[in-house]
Amino acid sequence: MNYSLMDLSAQLPEIVLASGICVLLIVDLFVRDSARDLSYLLAIFLLAGVAWVLIGIGPDSTAHFASGGSYVSDGLARVLKLFAVTAVATVFLYSRPWLRSRKLHLGEYYVLGLFGLLGIMVLASGYSLLVSYIGLEILSLSLYAMVAFDRDSSRSAEAAMKYFVLGAIASGTLLYGMSLVYGITGTLQIGELQTAIAAQADVVGLRVGLGFMVAGIAFKFGAVPFHMWVPDVYEGAPTPVTLYVGTAPKLGALALAVRILSEGSAGLASFWEPMLAALAVLSLILGNVAAIAQTNIRRMLAYSTISHVGFILLGLMAGSPGGIQAALFYTIVYVIMAAGAFGFLVMLGSQGQEVNDLDDLRGLWQRSPWFTLMMVLLMFSMAGVPPLAGFYAKWWVLSALLNAGYLGLAIVGVLTSVIGAFYYLRIIRLMLFDNGGTVSTVGIPLDLKLVLSVNALLLLGIGLFPDRLLDLCAYAAALI
Amino acid sequence: MVSLEHYLTVSALLFAISVAGIFLNRKNVIVLLMCVELLLLAVNFNFIAFSRYLDDPAGQVFVFFILTVAAAESAIGLAILVVLFRNRRSINVQEMDALKG
Repeated sequence: MNYSLMDLSAQLPEIVLASGICVLLIVDLFVRDSARDLSYLLAIFLLAGVAWVLIGIGPDSTAHFASGGSYVSDGLARVLKLFAVTAVATVFLYSRPWLRSRKLHLGEYYVLGLFGLLGIMVLASGYSLLVSYIGLEILSLSLYAMVAFDRDSSRSAEAAMKYFVLGAIASGTLLYGMSLVYGITGTLQIGELQTAIAAQADVVGLRVGLGFMVAGIAFKFGAVPFHMWVPDVYEGAPTPVTLYVGTAPKLGALALAVRILSEGSAGLASFWEPMLAALAVLSLILGNVAAIAQTNIRRMLAYSTISHVGFILLGLMAGSPGGIQAALFYTIVYVIMAAGAFGFLVMLGSQGQEVNDLDDLRGLWQRSPWFTLMMVLLMFSMAGVPPLAGFYAKWWVLSALLNAGYLGLAIVGVLTSVIGAFYYLRIIRLMLFDNGGTVSTVGIPLDLKLVLSVNALLLLGIGLFPDRLLDLCAYAAALI
Repeated sequence: MVSLEHYLTVSALLFAISVAGIFLNRKNVIVLLMCVELLLLAVNFNFIAFSRYLDDPAGQVFVFFILTVAAAESAIGLAILVVLFRNRRSINVQEMDALKG
């Protein structure tokens, strides 16, 4: 094994981030509670630095390997990392006023959030089962701790415990699958795995191992029937943590699925594609139907997440490269939508009063028309109404499915989207045409308002000019 | 002679026991944590057996990483358990029903 400085350049963003977190951890020790904004500023500064390093690498079309071929910096990794950094920064911007109003403005939130980002970045670059596993655990362990972050809340503790136990089973299942695949192919590196799996595609043990891995991946996505944790965590966790859990980790889950399934196990696509299709159909149906029955807005959004995950999985199963491009586009658009929708809840909750029930939103139009408009944009985009970004995301997944010849799945996708439109429109109706409710946006800091407006208008922008993001996704989906 | 199949059988049994333990146990959260540990140990068993069989060190390296992660995982799990107990005065699994997943 020979090391060179070239090696390190592929890992530079992670090295910068990891060292930055250590600095933040130490600085935070000496900061008084009243000056906690320093930790916040440091975290934002650090994220800007990482983004700067990532952009500095440029749209280089060659893949750089590091750590003996276990670590790669290619198009997929760069695009996913850039969006993950942006998503985490947005989450931090949204969260500060909420945390401060609950006396929860602690450095731990930023440190754990940044460690989670490190996990996502390692996942995005992991080119070996071992590295992907490590990335996944860095992410998951940070998330468990974040959910239990509000120490005095019994609901958060319960949500964290459920998440932890189910997550640990999922990691164990994924690992068990990895061990079987390793035993049969004799390698952990994704590139070598690709050729080994193609050569031994008829070995039964390989299929068993792959089945276990698909189950583990489906859990991390929150696809039915491995979705039990999603509504509980979304409801039980403090709102800024829900915002975090609902956004950036989805990019990590996508990276895991693309690396292990689309790249590593391409030779067994005929085996895992039907599994993904089944998971996707179940998620679409259960997610959309269960969301209608919810009265708690966070649970409703949790089930809506499950249905969106169904679409992402459909894109993945449609195969390379059009399907992966569509799945990537969908994930990025979904992360923007989720950031906006949960950011909206965090914003309304930042005055001390939590928004839990759908009824709380009644008549919001009369009190804050501009933000009602922004929320209408977000909900329309989630429902897939043209010309918003959510429409194009669905459109590209469906056209990738049709190109691959899956007419039935495309029809399921369309039908469930129509069902799904119902509960998004219900929120819009409550805000625009009903009376009552008390929440308003009076007294909310200007920066928060600005971020939310930009976030929602971005969906309109992407919807009107989707080419730029599509090109980026095509660049990322051109796998090694 | 103990062959690879024997090791794999033991590991599969350990895996099954731990999964059964997690789903059957209705009383105690600490037992859940023990089952999670057992799950990871079953995987370790597999990796070591394969590594020896293939004469490839990568599997053993993986085991070291899993052990490290398992330590971190139980630390977090126990920390959450402490928070849970402080809020609830109970670690009964059946009483974890405030959220209906």
